[in-house]
Amino acid sequence: MIRIEPREAPSRWWTIGVPMASALLALLLAAIPLMAAGANVFEAYAHMAKGIFGSTFAFTEMLTRATPLIFTGLAATLAFRAKLWNIGAEGQLYLGAMAAVTVGTGLIDAPSLILIPIILLAGAAAGAAGMAGPAYLKTRFGADEVVTTLLLNFIILIFLQMMLEGPLKDPMGMGWPQSEPIVDNGILPQLMPRMRLHAGLIIALVAAAIAHVMLSNSVWGFKLRAVGENAAAALHAGIGVKRTMMSAAIVSGAVAGIAGVSEVAGLRGYLTTDLSPGFGYTGIVVAMLAGLSPIGVVISAVFIASVFVGADTMSRAMGVSSYLADLVVALSLICVLIGGFIARYRITRTNKGDA
Amino acid sequence: MDILQILISDSFWAAALRIATPLIFGVLGALICERSGVLNLGIEGIFAAGAMAGWMAVWLGAGLWGGLLVAAMVGGFFGLIHAILTVPLGLSQHVSGLGVTMLATSVSYFTYRTALPQVSSPPKIEPFQPLDIPVLSELPFIGPVLFQQTAMTWLALFMVALVWWVLNRTPLGLAIRAVGDNPDAVDAQGLSVYGLRIGAIVAGSALMALGGAFLTMSAFDSFFFGMVNGRGWICIALVIFASWRPGKALLGALLFGAFDAFQVRLQTEVGAFVPSQVFLMAPYVLSIFALVIVARRAEYPGALLKPWFKGQR
Repeated sequence: MIRIEPREAPSRWWTIGVPMASALLALLLAAIPLMAAGANVFEAYAHMAKGIFGSTFAFTEMLTRATPLIFTGLAATLAFRAKLWNIGAEGQLYLGAMAAVTVGTGLIDAPSLILIPIILLAGAAAGAAGMAGPAYLKTRFGADEVVTTLLLNFIILIFLQMMLEGPLKDPMGMGWPQSEPIVDNGILPQLMPRMRLHAGLIIALVAAAIAHVMLSNSVWGFKLRAVGENAAAALHAGIGVKRTMMSAAIVSGAVAGIAGVSEVAGLRGYLTTDLSPGFGYTGIVVAMLAGLSPIGVVISAVFIASVFVGADTMSRAMGVSSYLADLVVALSLICVLIGGFIARYRITRTNKGDA
Repeated sequence: MDILQILISDSFWAAALRIATPLIFGVLGALICERSGVLNLGIEGIFAAGAMAGWMAVWLGAGLWGGLLVAAMVGGFFGLIHAILTVPLGLSQHVSGLGVTMLATSVSYFTYRTALPQVSSPPKIEPFQPLDIPVLSELPFIGPVLFQQTAMTWLALFMVALVWWVLNRTPLGLAIRAVGDNPDAVDAQGLSVYGLRIGAIVAGSALMALGGAFLTMSAFDSFFFGMVNGRGWICIALVIFASWRPGKALLGALLFGAFDAFQVRLQTEVGAFVPSQVFLMAPYVLSIFALVIVARRAEYPGALLKPWFKGQR
């Protein structure tokens, strides 16, 4: 008879080793679709590595790609820790970006030191509002937040098209549905000359550090984790479960909103409907790979960004579809899920009849 | 044309049934999974996989029914992945489902791009044609609405009856409903909880894939990236709206189809004054609205989302 039983306490080695092994395994599994596409597997991996480590530019491009993923990964982490399934980071990102171009394209005239915080706050507020809605529907009416946040992603994207063809449209944009550019004082500063890497990365790292401290060392973080681990017990212990969920929703949405600000004000300069190639959804994978740890999010965002940037380079060089990157990302999520199971349980054999 | 005229026109109801068809497959599939106690958020990706696989099979020379079989098998395969992760391993049904959606979508897109690297316009297949049953399709109103649909719409309607019959009138259906409500009791009866759940998820996922296949093999004749466009998520909302009953699932999908067909017609009427996006948003808003209305009194299957391990009470 085979029995599955929990380990006493998963060791530190398991919690760090499992995600790393899962990520590596997912990368190795990519060899199967590569072979199916008729590509030389070793050459493909070499191109991927070159796309990440081949030059300073390549490396900074990878970090530029990791920046939004740190934000969306944190957004998922903060919500998931409270067992609040925020799958709407994609929409909240766009809400943040819309707020950024609303206040940052000439509405307010102020020096950078004032304007940039205003833009960040506006984006955070918009993102927070985007998640407060579903959280309210959940706590007040019991409407499943998975479905509402998923559907809101579509609503927000259509709303964005409407705004970019209407009030937010750039009159100088030659008819393209794009916003006016962010004014110079609102642009996040470049971190290195001639590279696209911008201060959004610094903000993301600071956000990860704050999230870590808040989750591990604050009363709020304790309540959040208590609600996530056992809502009934938390309620019994006198923790306001609905309040805590609401606050988790607001913080999670705010971080996702800042992801949109960072992309618009740090990288693109103006808003289009293709600002995010699914950063919100990928953030869920980032968070799960990180084991819902804010510091881990930084590392796993760098890994996922490497997969995307590496696959892009490989795709250009060898003509293999860059959807390979999405495939690796999905595989690493499934691998880390199974790995988490192996870390938490062990399979033992018992004599028949014992069970 | 005023609103009343829209509502009594046969083309409107024919469109409503056509729009509802993929949703009927999807809602039924999601319903079977959830009745056995497992939420299947893989639906959005399984729709894409079914759409791609069915289309690709026909494009490579299979018959239309052969294409449907391929789509169902591919859907069942992705369902099996979700089933293994969530049933014997008992992992988070939310995260596993999203993982399956990402996997199924990216595998489909990668396969399509690899098979057709450089095409300016997507290649077409000869899709299912309207049945045009003699005499019956000549009938006023009912003819165009019911008897000029493709075979897939009829298959969907047949599936509603089949799923209802299996769930409510057979021992298998009783076991599936019981395993989603009280797995311990099923286990005590000597039935396999794992087997029932895995079987239900695979069968439900195969149905979902048929919903996807309808898009490329009946509604359109080629495959596009992003063509599923949230239909899977809408089905997840409709299952709750239908309180996990096949009959109500059909009603929900039809109401949804009617609403969608109506907004398209309304759009041509008042499109000059209202931005078209308002209408595009409507189906998603309606889904959220429907969910909020029924959420309070929704009676979820008792063991939904709860993992069950053999030998652990």
